[in-house]
Amino acid sequence: MNIQEVLKAKENEQLFLLGNEATVRGALESGVGIAATYPGTPSSEIGDVFSKIAGEAGIYFEFSTNEKVALEVAAAAAVSGVRSFTFMKHVGLNVASDSFMSVPYTSVEGGMVILSADDPSMFSSQNEQDNRYYARLANIPMVEPSNPQEIKDLMNYSYDLSEQFKIPVLMRTTTRVSHMRGVVNTGVVVEPKKKGFFKKDPKRFVPVPSTAMVMHKVLVEKMDDLKQVTNNSPLNQIFNRKGKVGVITSGGAFNYVMDVVVENQLEVNVLKLTLSYPFPDELVLKFISDLETVVVVEEVDPIMEKEVLSIIGKNGLKKNVHGKLDGTLPMIYEYSPNIILDSMEKVLGNNLKKYDTNDAQIKLPERPPTLCPGCPHRAAYFSVKRAVKLLKLEDVVYPTDIGCYTLGVSSPYNAADYLLSMGSSIGTSCGFSKATNQSIVSFIGDSTFFHAGIPPLINAVHNKDRFVLVILDNRTTAMTGGQPNPGLPVDGMGLESPEISIEEIVKATGVQFLRTINPLNVKKSQHTFKEALEFEGVSVVISKHPCMLIKRGKRSDAFLEVKQDKCDECSVCLEELSCTAIYTDEDGSVNIDPQLCNKCNVCVQVCPEKAIGIKK
Amino acid sequence: MKPYNIYISGVGGQGIIKTSTVIGEAAMKSRMPVVMSEVHGMAQRGGGVSTELKIGDSYSPIIENGSADILISFEPVEALRAIPKISNNTYVIVNKSPIYPFNLRESEIPYPDIEIILEELNNKSREVFALDANKIANESGHPLSMNMVMLGSVTAINGFPLKKEIIIDSMKVNLPEKSLDINLKAFENGFSFVKSRIV
Repeated sequence: MNIQEVLKAKENEQLFLLGNEATVRGALESGVGIAATYPGTPSSEIGDVFSKIAGEAGIYFEFSTNEKVALEVAAAAAVSGVRSFTFMKHVGLNVASDSFMSVPYTSVEGGMVILSADDPSMFSSQNEQDNRYYARLANIPMVEPSNPQEIKDLMNYSYDLSEQFKIPVLMRTTTRVSHMRGVVNTGVVVEPKKKGFFKKDPKRFVPVPSTAMVMHKVLVEKMDDLKQVTNNSPLNQIFNRKGKVGVITSGGAFNYVMDVVVENQLEVNVLKLTLSYPFPDELVLKFISDLETVVVVEEVDPIMEKEVLSIIGKNGLKKNVHGKLDGTLPMIYEYSPNIILDSMEKVLGNNLKKYDTNDAQIKLPERPPTLCPGCPHRAAYFSVKRAVKLLKLEDVVYPTDIGCYTLGVSSPYNAADYLLSMGSSIGTSCGFSKATNQSIVSFIGDSTFFHAGIPPLINAVHNKDRFVLVILDNRTTAMTGGQPNPGLPVDGMGLESPEISIEEIVKATGVQFLRTINPLNVKKSQHTFKEALEFEGVSVVISKHPCMLIKRGKRSDAFLEVKQDKCDECSVCLEELSCTAIYTDEDGSVNIDPQLCNKCNVCVQVCPEKAIGIKK
Repeated sequence: MKPYNIYISGVGGQGIIKTSTVIGEAAMKSRMPVVMSEVHGMAQRGGGVSTELKIGDSYSPIIENGSADILISFEPVEALRAIPKISNNTYVIVNKSPIYPFNLRESEIPYPDIEIILEELNNKSREVFALDANKIANESGHPLSMNMVMLGSVTAINGFPLKKEIIIDSMKVNLPEKSLDINLKAFENGFSFVKSRIV
């Protein structure tokens, strides 16, 4: 399928869409006028699709500098009467949370949907926090789709609900729903309203103590009314209606439950909560009243389970409740059909598994992700380590940040010692500078620097810290798939755009040592890092070279090779540089894989025997 | 319709998601229900990648352990990693060309011998079709057509629920036009490889 079909498909067509692609179709069918995000897996492909079609669709779309800005762009659009959409990975909502907490107070005019893509089992995240808590924290309604079709349909529904109650709606997905592909039946794409009008009303839009007191009361009343909606919505559906056992579930977990129930023809009732907050107490009470046993199946935290227990307690009922709290289901990580099978076997007391399963008898080497061949980060790590060695520094601390360069945590680079969140490399460097006498070399990418690196850099200079900050500027947001950032002359819709200079920002903070290097020039880079390490105070080195995934493409006929007569198998290229394109053959000889090599020439420079060169 | 379960594994960058999408869209065009699970993000930087496809009535795109009807592995060790998904009812198609993990030199566990890998797969499955898909791709005109060699092989398996012509139509919609001829050739070469070995 050509991705343009997400926009071009007419009504009643069938598309094979990724959950994230279906999200965009849902926005188009809802008349969304403004969309904003900061890329983060598992939500990244939503932005990728918007960036390809927004112009033609007549929508405004941007990659904002961070999630907080994205949410604020969407909030302002919504109070101006424009339907707006902001989406982010779960931890992105932490960044946006300050403003997120106020939007339900100030209310909206045009519909506003906030999508949080959670990541159970942490496929590409630092934690697996359950953002269903955010609906409770901020007091807003929440929908939990289970598949691409539902995502698309719930977008439409959520915009109507948002406008009816003048409140933003939180859509919570998980990796397996965002990255599930399925058949989607299309509806009609609506002409978007891109411009509205902001009608001033400070009593409604400016939460200071006196007005916020009123706003909170209004919000609580709204949520009471919304409880009627969740209790009676056909979106909260009951399946099967047989036996004395019932399962309460939502989102991706629902899919596993149904596969197990259908495949094994279990006599089990299933309540699917799609509109899951405000929690539909009356509906749940009705569902469990004739049951003896209730199983709550949810990812990741036992949130609904505690709601169910509180309903049972409040109503003085006697039911067996199984879930995470009694150990029937695991407390952490994502679920799978097998986990549900195991738990249903425990609850029902019979053997359900039909398939013989095995593990491999042979031990397998692991295959962790790594930096690509020719990655400029690898060259930067090599030179930093060499400079540290030349200066005979010991116990150097390497605070790191969120991006491909986090992969520097693995050996031989060992260049990632402490990580909390986006921008934390610099903030924690300030702390290490004050709390230890160790040398500190901190790494942050270009996009992450714009996102959350500037305030801590100001903090560092102002508070007279001492560390080396390496800004790994690879001219893209690489880890999430290569989205543009403010350092590039192009915006989220592919239009020409002012390029923000990292150098000028660093200069403006008052940093006294600032150099820009090409990391693929090993000798110069080493020298610069050495100088930076010797500098007293905050020194900044901008290591600037485009990501190989962008730069690649020009495939010349020249290949690099190891000249076997010169190579003495010293292993510097293998063990210190550790490029994935360099390998040892069965006979022990060192070789370069022409399929993988991106010809960065770093190995040519690091080889002590000058044994690597162009193949003649 | 009981789902036909396809598990596809390999290494990031081998064209696994594209291959899976071609199959999934072909199922949709054949008016069969289909769901699929993909891995994106950090997992793609040279790490192991897998997709799961269920053609038929199913809610979740995740295959129950032991219930894969077919395992397609683009890399030998990644086939072994998928063993929990297969049983002695599963057909296995495996590319014999290894990709060594970058940290193999430091790994306490060596990369197993290819014959041992194939023997293990043989013991745990219904039938194994092992081919040097990289070589067949090169002979077809381009090393990157390896994924279509694998796709062709799958299409020739007994009981595979989709028609060859519909798979080819789906390739035409999903692959770049300039490399289509090479990809079609790779597909046919993969198809003949398996077809000629089925008795």
